[in-house]
Amino acid sequence: METIYALATARGKAGLGVIRLSGPRACAAASVLCGSLPPVRQAGLRRLRDSDGNSLDDALVIWFQSGASFTGEEVAELHCHGSRAIISAVLRALSGIAGLRLAEPGEFTRRALENERLDLAQVEGLSDLIEAETEMQRRQALRVLEGAIGKRAETWRADLVRAAALLEATIDFVDEDVPVDVAPEVLDLLDRVRSELEREAAGVAVAERIRDGFEVAIVGAPNVGKSTLLNALAGREAAITSEHAGTTRDVIEVRMDLGGLPVTVLDTAGLREAGDAVEEIGIDRAKQRAGAADLRVFLLDETGSTVGLEPGPDDIVIRGKADLLADGSGVSGKTGQGIGDLVAQITARLEGRAARAATVTRERHRVAVIRALASIDAAWNQVSRGSESSELAAEDLRAAIRALDSLVGRVDVEHILDEIFASFCLGK
Amino acid sequence: MKHPDFDVLVIGGGHAGAEAADAAARLGARTALITLRRDAIGVMSCNPAIGGLGKGHLVREIDAMDGLMGCAADRAGIQFRLLNRRKGPAVQGPRAQADRQVYRETMQRLLGTRAGLDIVEGEVTDLIMHGDRVSGVELADGSQITAGAVVLTTGTFLRGVIHIGDERRPGGRMGDKPSVRLAERIDGFDLPLGRLKTGTPPRLDGRTIDWGALASQPGDDDPTLFSFLSQTPFLRQVACGITHTNERTHEIIRDNLGRSAMYGGHIDGVGPRYCPSIEDKVIRFADKTSHQIFLEPEGLNDSTVYPNGISTSLPQDVQAEYVHSIAGLENTRIVQPGYAIEYDYVDPRALTASLALKDVPGLFLAGQINGTTGYEEAAAQGLVAGLNAALSVQGREPALFTRTESYIGVMIDDLITRGVSEPYRMFTSRAEFRLSLRADNADQRLTPMAEALGCVGDDRRRVFNDKMDALTDARARLDAFSLTPKQVAAVGIRINADGQRRSGFDLLAFPDVGFADLRPLDPGLCDVPGPIAEQLERDALYANYIRRQHEDVAAMRRDEAQAIPDDFDYAGLSGLSNELKTKLSLVRPATLGQAGRVEGMTPAGLTLILAQLRRMERKTA
Repeated sequence: METIYALATARGKAGLGVIRLSGPRACAAASVLCGSLPPVRQAGLRRLRDSDGNSLDDALVIWFQSGASFTGEEVAELHCHGSRAIISAVLRALSGIAGLRLAEPGEFTRRALENERLDLAQVEGLSDLIEAETEMQRRQALRVLEGAIGKRAETWRADLVRAAALLEATIDFVDEDVPVDVAPEVLDLLDRVRSELEREAAGVAVAERIRDGFEVAIVGAPNVGKSTLLNALAGREAAITSEHAGTTRDVIEVRMDLGGLPVTVLDTAGLREAGDAVEEIGIDRAKQRAGAADLRVFLLDETGSTVGLEPGPDDIVIRGKADLLADGSGVSGKTGQGIGDLVAQITARLEGRAARAATVTRERHRVAVIRALASIDAAWNQVSRGSESSELAAEDLRAAIRALDSLVGRVDVEHILDEIFASFCLGK
Repeated sequence: MKHPDFDVLVIGGGHAGAEAADAAARLGARTALITLRRDAIGVMSCNPAIGGLGKGHLVREIDAMDGLMGCAADRAGIQFRLLNRRKGPAVQGPRAQADRQVYRETMQRLLGTRAGLDIVEGEVTDLIMHGDRVSGVELADGSQITAGAVVLTTGTFLRGVIHIGDERRPGGRMGDKPSVRLAERIDGFDLPLGRLKTGTPPRLDGRTIDWGALASQPGDDDPTLFSFLSQTPFLRQVACGITHTNERTHEIIRDNLGRSAMYGGHIDGVGPRYCPSIEDKVIRFADKTSHQIFLEPEGLNDSTVYPNGISTSLPQDVQAEYVHSIAGLENTRIVQPGYAIEYDYVDPRALTASLALKDVPGLFLAGQINGTTGYEEAAAQGLVAGLNAALSVQGREPALFTRTESYIGVMIDDLITRGVSEPYRMFTSRAEFRLSLRADNADQRLTPMAEALGCVGDDRRRVFNDKMDALTDARARLDAFSLTPKQVAAVGIRINADGQRRSGFDLLAFPDVGFADLRPLDPGLCDVPGPIAEQLERDALYANYIRRQHEDVAAMRRDEAQAIPDDFDYAGLSGLSNELKTKLSLVRPATLGQAGRVEGMTPAGLTLILAQLRRMERKTA
């Protein structure tokens, strides 16, 4: 049985973040981080350190013996401070320990079930929980596929399937009219995927792309102070990490750290009756982007109109240009009035949907990429040793593809056979 | 109720039927094999070859279960080749050209002498039903035979249609008549059916082939046989010829495409992509100017030659024309035209892992009727169905083959979980644990299971036990070492001076270390027989990879151990998508492991099923 770990509490800024480990190496792994463990079932304050000795956090550590824990296995819990940076660092330190892997969604529950550790009421309540998890997985998968990484993941998948197909063709169809030496093409394909993955692993692309959890759109009639608000948000609360015109000339995206959450704020075209065809396109795009965003901030002018868009239950509706009002309500980018409140409202609502992205997903991808890289290296070495070891190369490649499952989608033997039959004329 | 005439009835004497009847009888079931013609038992209706990649593995596994196919193929083998000889042992597959007549006769002899097995000549026209349970068969002469279980291995008989150009006639393989009433009975079961097709090439008169003008492919100098009981070939060994199609051949085929049954719109069935007709090859790979053809002799005393690579459903005159355009075949006489056959198959998702129909108690299906192709796939299913039919009558637990232990298990699981979209053929790439499931260790994997079932003969038991004793001995000697790199270097083996102590088996896992290199470390190793030493080398070669797969294997076994009742209500399970509910309700997986392999399944979905199972257990507890 492998030992698994994961953040057990909801992601997002919170007082505490509990990381749970379960399996035969739970205690061993926990003590790698915290030195000595407290007595069983007693909480103890410990300094967590990574393998280089750097301090990560002061955490309460507690552990349970197998047979007397939530999962029925040996369990250790690290009650850390709830900062995203700390949680990320601890998860990352755990990922470097041999015999440990990040838990699949629902895996703790699964183990508890297997070991008959849940009472009937808990079992009855599971389907709701799992329904939520299934939905979360689906949305995460969609997010990856639709995001900027999606297209590249597609090409990795195609390259890996092609490489596997070439290797398998020389194994399973050796008696047929297939190329004998596929090594050059396979090595090329592996090189290509490897260099891309190395870039991901180095953190550039993953950090920038996958973590952009939330989109917040500012919408409203023209000239209610949307752009001023955007600038104020960006200037006051965080550094602007990038700024560029969107796909339409009218949507401006600014990525920022808003109260600890990664957020992309969209400044959209003012909504009104379009004056010309080009503006109309801009307004359509604005509506489309605003509709797809996680949250909309409606800035109202004195008419109070939401300009043809219906605010959702979580959306924020607020008066703009508050500096022109006497009663102190609303928000003003110009004077900064109400901005602190607005940010608090935005982050509160987004954290409510915390399951949706970021830390765990990002960590999962990072671990996947690193595991895949190791397997690709192994496959590369086997291929370059010659066709005598092609079954070992194929095995390593299979491991690489499995590691990337969450990024490139499941690759089945049928996909590999499809590629073989499409490429080679078989049937002697 | 009257005592039935037999425990198990097997309908059909092809590769599935022969193996099923033999397996049932070996388990002590009173068994009858019913076939149209006794002398057609064991006929190879397609190419005269057995084994290959994946397929050779299946033959070894059948042999390890003390089945027939390996022994018969060894007796009939006229050319043995170990495919992938220069690659690792996990992907080496034994293959042989077989003398069809000797193969058939051997099969008939083996079955004829099997205690407890009767062979009945007759045409089964209907099944006898006892309630919704199959309890026997009715023959064309009106007589009835009753039995506890029936295994149907009737190949392509369900609405089989043979096409030669625009000619078509109903039929199983060439010359056999389909049984209409039996087909109607099966229709009455309302099973999900699909339609497939397959083809054969024209058969040639070898005396009219210009062999001198052609290249030839001999067998291996050091033949590898199928059965763990065989040592050397029984028959004289021969070579196959090799020729190629050319531009002229392709032109003839292109010019006559409209007359091909497949391209003339006469055939709806789906054909195998790995075994396309020559029409398909010419169209789909139009830029290839030549395709390879193997000319395979059908026997030592038979001049018929099987040209492997040009199966077709073109009319006879076109077949003659294109054959004559090929080098070496300019004056060749066609003995029997090529044809395509279309047939119905039963969606194998209607079957359990015992190959019993879920909704028709007492009836087992094996072979082509389940959507597979190939003698070896058929025989392996025959083995599974025969064993389980006998076990069911004896009131014993079913014999289940798993993906972690055998290619047979991989195939059965693929069939009953995924169904088929083209005739299913085994490939080594289908086995995720390919490095462990090797042809060379099929006996180590399966013979103990066969012994526990009680279907192993004395000869095999003795050979197997001797081998295992020798292996255990030699392995103990290897494990007894614990040497430092320095000590190892002293006998000339170069490894890193990393301070690690290693056993002999650890050393054997290094790519450049062979058994012979270890002999100086322990003179006792010199007494280890060659084949045993080789076996240990192969085991050691993959040891590191297999260790890494250990978690995966354990996880799969855990999931396989979690049974799901057949009447599990997926529709009432909230949290699963409707698409998944539909798929699960169709497949009705028997275990959590099988459920996990249903397309689109997620870990969360599995947890949901597991939770429901626990809930049900507690309610009954």
